[in-house]
Parts: sequence; C-alpha cells; structure tokens
Amino acid sequence: MQAGLLSTLIWLPILGGVLVLALGDSRIALARWAALATAVASFLLSIPLYTGFDTTTAAFQFVEQTPWIPAFDATYHLGVDGIALPLVLLTTFVTIPVVIAGWTVIEKRTAQYFAAFLIMEGLMVGVFSALDALLFYFFWEAMLIPMFLIIGIWGGPRRVYATLKFFLFTFLGSIFMLVALIYMYLQAGSYDIVALQELPLSFDEQFWIFLAFFAAFAVKIPMFPVHTWLPDAHVEAPTGGSVVLAAIMLKMGGYGFLRFALPIAPDAARELDALVIALSLIAVVYIGFVALVQTDMKKLIAYSSIAHMGFVTLGCFLAFDIATQTRSLAGAGMGIDGAMVQMVSHGLISAALFLCVGVMYDRLHSREISAYGGVINRMPIFGAFMVLFAMANSGLPGTSGFVGEFLVIIASFKANFWYAFLAATTLILGAAYTLWLVKRVIFGPVGNDHVATLEDLNDREFFVLGVLAVGVLLLGVWPAPLLEVMQPSVQHLVEQIVTGKLPRLTATPT
Amino acid sequence: MSMNPSVLLTIALLPLAAALVAGLFGKWIGRTVAHVITIAAVGTAFVLSAQVAWQLISGEVDVFNGTVYTWLVSDGVRMEVGFLIDELSVLMMCVVTFVSFCVHVYTIGYMHEDPGYQRFFAYISLFTFAMLMLVMSNNFMQLFFGWEAVGVVSYLLIGFWYTKPSAIFANLKAFLVNRVGDFGFMLGIAAVVYYTGSLDYREAFAAAPQLAQTSYALTSSFEVSAITLICICLFIGAMGKSAQVPLHVWLPDSMEGPTPISALIHAATMVTAGIFMVARFSPLFEQSEAALSFVLVVGSTTALFMGFLGIVNNDIKRVVAYSTLSQLGYMTVALGASAYGAAIFHLMTHAFFKALLFLAAGSVIIGMHHEQDMRKMGGLGKLMPITAATCWIGALALIGTPFLSGFYSKDFIIEAAHESTRWGATYAYRCVLLGVFVTAFYTFRMVFMTFHGAPRWQEKAAHGDHGHDDHGHDSHDHGHGGGTPHESPWVVTLPLVLLAIPSLAIGYLTVQPVLFGGYFGDAIQVLEANDVLKELAGHFHDPASFALAAVAHPSLWLALAGVVTAWYLYLKNPAMTDRLAAFFVPLQRVLDNKYYFDWFNENVLAAGGRAMGRIFWKAGDQALIDGALVNGSANFVGALAGVIRRVQTGYLYSYAFWMMTGLASLLVWFLLLS
Repeated sequence: MQAGLLSTLIWLPILGGVLVLALGDSRIALARWAALATAVASFLLSIPLYTGFDTTTAAFQFVEQTPWIPAFDATYHLGVDGIALPLVLLTTFVTIPVVIAGWTVIEKRTAQYFAAFLIMEGLMVGVFSALDALLFYFFWEAMLIPMFLIIGIWGGPRRVYATLKFFLFTFLGSIFMLVALIYMYLQAGSYDIVALQELPLSFDEQFWIFLAFFAAFAVKIPMFPVHTWLPDAHVEAPTGGSVVLAAIMLKMGGYGFLRFALPIAPDAARELDALVIALSLIAVVYIGFVALVQTDMKKLIAYSSIAHMGFVTLGCFLAFDIATQTRSLAGAGMGIDGAMVQMVSHGLISAALFLCVGVMYDRLHSREISAYGGVINRMPIFGAFMVLFAMANSGLPGTSGFVGEFLVIIASFKANFWYAFLAATTLILGAAYTLWLVKRVIFGPVGNDHVATLEDLNDREFFVLGVLAVGVLLLGVWPAPLLEVMQPSVQHLVEQIVTGKLPRLTATPT
Repeated sequence: MSMNPSVLLTIALLPLAAALVAGLFGKWIGRTVAHVITIAAVGTAFVLSAQVAWQLISGEVDVFNGTVYTWLVSDGVRMEVGFLIDELSVLMMCVVTFVSFCVHVYTIGYMHEDPGYQRFFAYISLFTFAMLMLVMSNNFMQLFFGWEAVGVVSYLLIGFWYTKPSAIFANLKAFLVNRVGDFGFMLGIAAVVYYTGSLDYREAFAAAPQLAQTSYALTSSFEVSAITLICICLFIGAMGKSAQVPLHVWLPDSMEGPTPISALIHAATMVTAGIFMVARFSPLFEQSEAALSFVLVVGSTTALFMGFLGIVNNDIKRVVAYSTLSQLGYMTVALGASAYGAAIFHLMTHAFFKALLFLAAGSVIIGMHHEQDMRKMGGLGKLMPITAATCWIGALALIGTPFLSGFYSKDFIIEAAHESTRWGATYAYRCVLLGVFVTAFYTFRMVFMTFHGAPRWQEKAAHGDHGHDDHGHDSHDHGHGGGTPHESPWVVTLPLVLLAIPSLAIGYLTVQPVLFGGYFGDAIQVLEANDVLKELAGHFHDPASFALAAVAHPSLWLALAGVVTAWYLYLKNPAMTDRLAAFFVPLQRVLDNKYYFDWFNENVLAAGGRAMGRIFWKAGDQALIDGALVNGSANFVGALAGVIRRVQTGYLYSYAFWMMTGLASLLVWFLLLS
C-alpha cells in the first residue's frame, strides 16, 4: 500500500489547477496541456488504488491520518473501502474527457475553466475518501464553489437563476447535515466516521439525524420532490459542467446514504424506508413520464438522470424489506450492489450523453430537439455513438446501464412484488423517452439547412466518446471486477444496517 | 465423451467477429470482403453446428452444460455466461445458422445497390451471434441478453433505411412493444431468483414441482401460485418477441425493413424466440395449468384472427407477415397443449418455408422494381419461373399439403389441441381448424394475385410508356430495365432453391424421430398426464401412411376449400370479390383497421402517456414544486423582506416612534401579567 496516494489524488489536481490558473489565458496552449497532463496523471495514479486494493476485507485501505484542527478533534483522515473506491476511480476517469471536451470550445477565460474542473476533481476525491466527518463536510461544501462558478461564468442565459437555485437547494440541505454532525460530535467527542457509525443513539436521536442527512443527500442525488434544481442547472451549465454534475456530483448523494445516513441511523432508516422507497419509485415512474415530453435535449437527459438515480435510492433502502421477507441477511445486499453499479454506470452514460448533446450544441448552438432531425445523414459516426449511449441509457444488456437496473429489480422483487413491478416500468419508459429522442434527433431525413451543414466528429470528440463507449461496454459485458471490489464492504454495511443499533422490540420480523 | 467448449465458443463468436470487422472497418475493407467474411463466418458456424448436432444425436458426445465466464457475483447469486447444448439447442443452432447463411447469400443480390451494404452485413452477422447466444444459453440472464440483443438488431434493421419516416416509426414501435413484453420477462426472472436464488435453468427446473405448492400474496387478499406467477410473467416476454395478441402490433410494421431481414428475423428466427423460450421452460410450464391455459387461449386467438388480416392486405410482404403471426399462434397453441415438441417441430419447418416465402416475395419485389402492391402484379409466373416454382413449394408447405413439411408439423398441432383436455382447448381446436381454411385462402390469394392471371403491371408500364412518348424518349425503357419484370440473379434464386429443399422434405424425414422418437430427451419435459403427443403416437405409424390417411381428416379438405375459394375469387371470377367486399363492409372496415389495435395504441396509450407527462411536468414540477414551494418560499422571503425594509426608513423620528411604541407595549404587557 502506498502511503499518501489519496492525498496525492486530492492535492495534485488542486495544485495543477492553481498552476493552470497561474499560466492564464495568455499562455493558453501551455495551460491546456498542463490541465490535460494533470488529469491524466491523476487517473494513472488512481490505478494503483485498484490494483493494490485488498478485496477480502471491508476495512478502509490506503489510510492516512494526521491531526488537523485539534480544538475540534478533527483529523485529516483519509481512506477508501469498496464503496468509495469505484467512485474515486470514476472521478479521476471522467475528468479526462471533460478536459478534452473543453479543449477549444470554451472561448472565454479558458484557463480558469480548466482550473475550476481540476480543483473540483481534487475536492470530489476528497469527498469520497474523507474519513473524518468535518473534513468530509469541508470538501462537500468547498466543491460547490467551483461548480457555482462553472455554471455562473460559462453557463447559458438563465445561469443566475440556475446557480442560485442550485446553490440554495444544496446548501439548505447541507446545513441540516452540519447540525447533525455537530450534535454527534458532542456525543462522541470525535468526527471520525467509523466512530460515528458505532455511536449508540436512541431512536429519537436517530430519527432526527436521519432526517437531517436525508435533507442533504436527497437534494444532492436528487430525489423527488427536491429534484427541480437539476434540470435547470443542467440546461444552463456548459457541457463539462453538466458532465461532472451528472457523472459525479449526483453520486455524492448516494454515497452519503451509504456512508452516513444508513449506518449511523439504521433503526430510523428501517422505520422510514417505505418513504424513501415510495419517493424512489415516484422518481422512476413520474419522472419517466416527465422526461418523455421534454423538448430540450439536456432537460430530457437531466430528467432521465433523476429517474436513474431513483434506482440508486431504491437499491440502497431495499435491504430492510428483503431481510424481513427472507428472514436472512443473505441476499439483502443485492440492492446496494445494484445501486453502486448504477451509480458508476450512470456516471459513464450520462457523461457520454451530455457530451453528445455538447457535440451538437457546439455546431448548431441549440439544444431544442426540434432544431435537429436526421443528424446521422451528416454525422454517421456520431450517430452510431449516440445510438449506443441511448441504448445504454435504456438499460440494454451488454451495456453498463443494464447491470444496475437488473440487480435492483431482482432485489426489489425480494422485498415486494409491486416494488419490482413499478421499478421495471423503466424498461418501457426509459426506452420510450431515450429512443424517441434518438428518432427525432438522429434518424429521419435531414431536418433543416443547418443540419445539412453538420460535420462529423473530429478526432478529439471521437476519442472522448470512444473512451466512454469502451467503458460502458466493458462494464456491461464483465461487471464482475467491480462487484468483487465492493463485496466485503457492502456485506459489512448490510450487517451494520440490518442488525441496527437498538435491540429490536419484536424478536421475529413482522 | 464431452463436447469441446472451444467449438461452441467458435460457433457463437465467429459471427460476432465478422460483424465487428464488417461494421467497424467496412469502409476500408470494401463490399466484397465484407460479405465474404460474414458469409464465411456464418457458414462455418453452420457447419460446426451441424457437426455438434450430429455428434449429439448419434450419442458420440453428451449434453453439454457449462460456464464460459462469471458475469458477476452479487450477494451469493452467481450470474454466469454459459452454454447448455442439448437436442433442443442444437436444432435451433442449425436452423438459425442455416437460414442466416441463406439470407447472407441472398443479401448480396438484394442489397447490391444499397450504400449501407457493409453495415447490413454487419447487422445480420451480429444478429446471428445474438440469436446463437440466446438459444445456447444455460441461464435466464444470458437468455435475456440474447433476447434484448436480437431486439436491438431488429430495431437497427427495421430502421435500416433511416431516412424513411415510416421505417423509423416502425422500429421505435417494435422496440417499445417488445419492451412491454420484456417488462413481464424481467419480473419473471426476478421471481425465479426470489424463489431459487439462482439464474441457472437446472436449479429453477429442479425447484418447479415445489413452487407449484407455494403461493405468493400479490395483495393481502389475492394469492397466486408461485409457478403460475413465474410462468405468466415469462410468457408475457414471449408474447412480445413472438408477437402474440395484443403485443403483435409491431410485426406487420417491421416489414418496413429490407426483405432479407423480414425472412431471417421476422419470420424464421427471432420471432420464434418466444416459442423456444416456453419449450425450454417446459419443466416450469408443466407445473401450471393456469399458465398453459393462458398460453393456449392467446395462441389460438392469434392463430385465427391474425390469419383474417392476411386476407384483406394487398402488400405482398404484409400478407406473409400476417401469415407469420398466425403461424406463431399455431406454435403457441402447441405449447399450450403441452405438445412442446410439436411447437418446435413447426418452428423448424416454418423457418424454412416462411423464409422461402419471404425471400420469394423479395425476389418478386426486385423483379417488380420495388413494387410491393399485389394489385399491380399478376402473371409473373412465366417471367420468374424459379421464384414462382419455389414460392409454390413454400405455399403448399404452409397450407399443409400432405408429404410436405408443413403438413406434418401443423397437423400434429391441430391433433394436439383436439386431444388436450385443458381449459381453453376446445376453443383452441376450433380456432386452429378454421385457421387452416384461412391460411390456405390468403396464401393462394397471394400466389394467384402475384404469379397468375392477367398481368396488371403492364397497366403501370403502359402509363410509363405514355409518359415517355410525351417526351419522345422511346429507348429510355431499356436504360433502366423498364417495367418488364425479370427473374432475379442467381445469388437470389440459389437461396430460394436451398430453402425449398427442406420445405419439401424435412417434415417427412424428421417427423418420426422428433415427435415420437424421443428426440428431445430431457430437453423437453412433459408430465405423464399432459402428454398429448404420446396419445397421438398410437395413430402414427410412418410418415407416408399418415399422409395418405389425411383424406379422412377435416384439415385437408378445409385447406383444399381455401385454395379453391381463392382460385374462384381471384382467378376465375374476380368480379365476385368486389361484390363480396361490398356485402361485408363493416367486417371489411374492422379488418382494414386491424381490429383497431394500432388506433388504440396511438390515440390512447401513446397520447395518454404524453398527456400524463405534460400534466406531471406542468402541474407537478412547474406549478406545485417550483411555483408554490420553491419560488413560493422565495417570494415569501422576498415579501417579508419588503415589509421589514419598509420599517427601516432611516428616519430618526420613525425609529424613535417605534421604540416608544415597543416600550409602551412591553410595559403594558408586564403590568397586565403581574
């Protein structure tokens, strides 16, 4: 195990970002290459995390710990387990296409644009690897700043409304989380996440703590009905912003549920799981219908993201019902497995789809579906990619989009037939909104004179989409390595949450 | 001796490799290399499949059931990619690769002018791979993989001519309707995992008898048998892929795709995946009488009522498509009657003669310069002798002429329905029996309208000549081949001949072992009490005497009546047709509107879905959440700030006034309280 690897992954991109900032727009060619070099170096350095990862233990690995703010007993404590590792890798991987995709299309404050993404990369790795709750909170909130700037500076015409909405929604949720963290610090005398997970809490305490976490993570992921910031943010964000937002930032909500809400307040989660499951299923069905009627491509994909995140929250909260139904721990982890795979997969697919929209937007400067039609006539290679990613988004077996949905649907059947019934409607709805989009945008005769002028992908765009396509297919054909990494941690988590912190009043499950 | 897994892998992966080469590098390798590579791959796959089949049937090797690799392990459930190669799968492998090979060769002729030549070969090879994975699977997950993969290739191929609005409408429709079926399929798979903790066929089959005793509470007051729940969910999947009512609506529209794929995908192989699936799951379905009755009723309804639609259609390909729907109904009836062997037998014979009919129709379409309307054909028999002769063979096989392949397979389905005592069997028997007349009628209506009678294409050509006269370009006709239909090149007619051979003979040659000789071994399991084929075995001695005995069966006479009626109405006395149509106007309208299924789907389901989306979006997201809650609270804060701001006037006397008022109120409050 290499010591300091996680620190490197946090601070290298941040320092790289500062360097790019220092180079500035006057030396933009150099700044670009510096940004790309940083992103690639971060990704390469994150590979040893995977190769050196011990898949037999649920313990945190690559741990680093030094005192940080002794007055609050806060420590600089990092480490990853099977739940955090895939998300760290996703972060370092996705940053590369983001940098390449912004190569020439960002015309103002280009250096700052790259710097913002690199700094954000470091902060996001920090979120996934922090083992100290205060440190986690620091990264969690700090990350909002570059994203705020990305939408606010390089965004569309209604960017001010969108940034404010985005900031207020997420900030409001986070405040409750901070209160909960401080409360628990006063109880435990430590911000250590493992200590908090083991902290004995009464049911009432758990109840309020759960709600506080729920406020933070439900907004972030986002769940119905606090999802409305996402479509606005996506529509106004530049392509790279949308990619990072969809691919990584949303995942922090899911990660938060798995790292904080569930293990810290398991008994409250058990009581409230029906609420979360209901909201998740609403996300799948209701949002599926809403996505169907969108006229803006980015909004459609944003709504599709919300529906897909519904599978994540559904999967996270199925364990209680499964354990009750099957009277055993075995099999209760499949929902969480599915949720994790869904997060990684959605990271790749949504990134790819937003990049696809970006490719078209860069050419015609419109996101309206009606502005296109028959794009494949002029851009056959792009069309092939778009169809592939659309199929992945509709959960086609052989692509990563299938794996998570499949696991979650199977797991939800174990909990309740009707959960599975509603969740499985995504097979129809997901295909309907995605492929109808493809039909209107990609297929058909050349829609108008603007479409007739389109040129197919350049090398840079081809590379970016190609890399993501390989990822989507690889994960779809052989997801075993990902599951293998997660297995002990998920199993540990399931034991934690199903056993709970309080002795249960009824000996036999009802 | 056990089978060599690497041979099996080669069979499946060769078409995939060829598809990748032709698809990704088509531009560089050119047309000839593309079709050589794909044809070689599929041809090799066929030879190897036949070899494996031979080894298995001769007892040289045992049934193979093994894992290729572990897809994932989640929470103790191993999901694997693996092969189960038994009598059922080798039969399917041979049928798939043989028909695919014929279609590959045919495509050289059919698509030779198309700019998407390499792409087309890539798709059909990819399809072959997906279909092989489907039939070779040893577990539910991989079955679903292949299932969806063939669906995607079908989507891509129906929309192959992507600038045609009708084609991209049809492919979206096909995919979505199939997804409705997959919705059920997915729930069925989830139920299997719930009960057995495994996706492996073996485990599920072993648990089947026990599942028949288990019940599942769908609601607190409504319980179903676990096995019935599983089987009906799985069968909904089969209904989508095998186009059973009411999920049949996509198949006629799929004819928008090029004809070779109509033959390969939408007649011979992919649409029979549902039939294969139920046969493969015979150990499960056998345990549920309710599910089998459901299968029986759905199948017989499809068999008869889709046949009627074949009568009113004038598009040559659509007539064959409705015929396919009807024949799939026949196979489903066989499944429902527990005669799984008969279903697979009919699947096989149908694959040959229906592919033949489609390719013959395609040959006619080439000859007619891409005209599909039978009202503009007629008298083509003399101009296209090979096409006409092979089409006649296909038609005779389809209507069940004794000694031809369709005779054996169809007759035993009818007998099985007759023999079955299951709920719905009487209805099914009547449907399939009446269906024989309908089949013969629409089939020969098509044959007569196309190949016989007075040529009607001359009317069109005459118009063409007229136009040329106006322009004074008499010789122009020769330039583009003119209006005179012609026989197709050998790459088109060779596959017709290749398919005509099994259409003639395969029934006669294989009926004995496949239906009564225990060919399927353990691949198909039937409960003793349900085994109608065993009952029928007593009536069957050898194929020749069985064919001769057909004179005593009503189905032969019904078929003959159908042919004669078609002859009378379309050759002898065509005027009668219009009179009849005028007499049956309301019926004609229902049939022309295809029982209003499409109307319902478009105006109720699709429009309703979009309306629901708009309501959710405008009323839910925009009005309620954003309007009332988000912006509402923002407005509330804003309004409150407005009031407070007004208080802060900046005038000293104002503050003094409010201070005095405040002090006074506090004073009053304290005084009153104390």
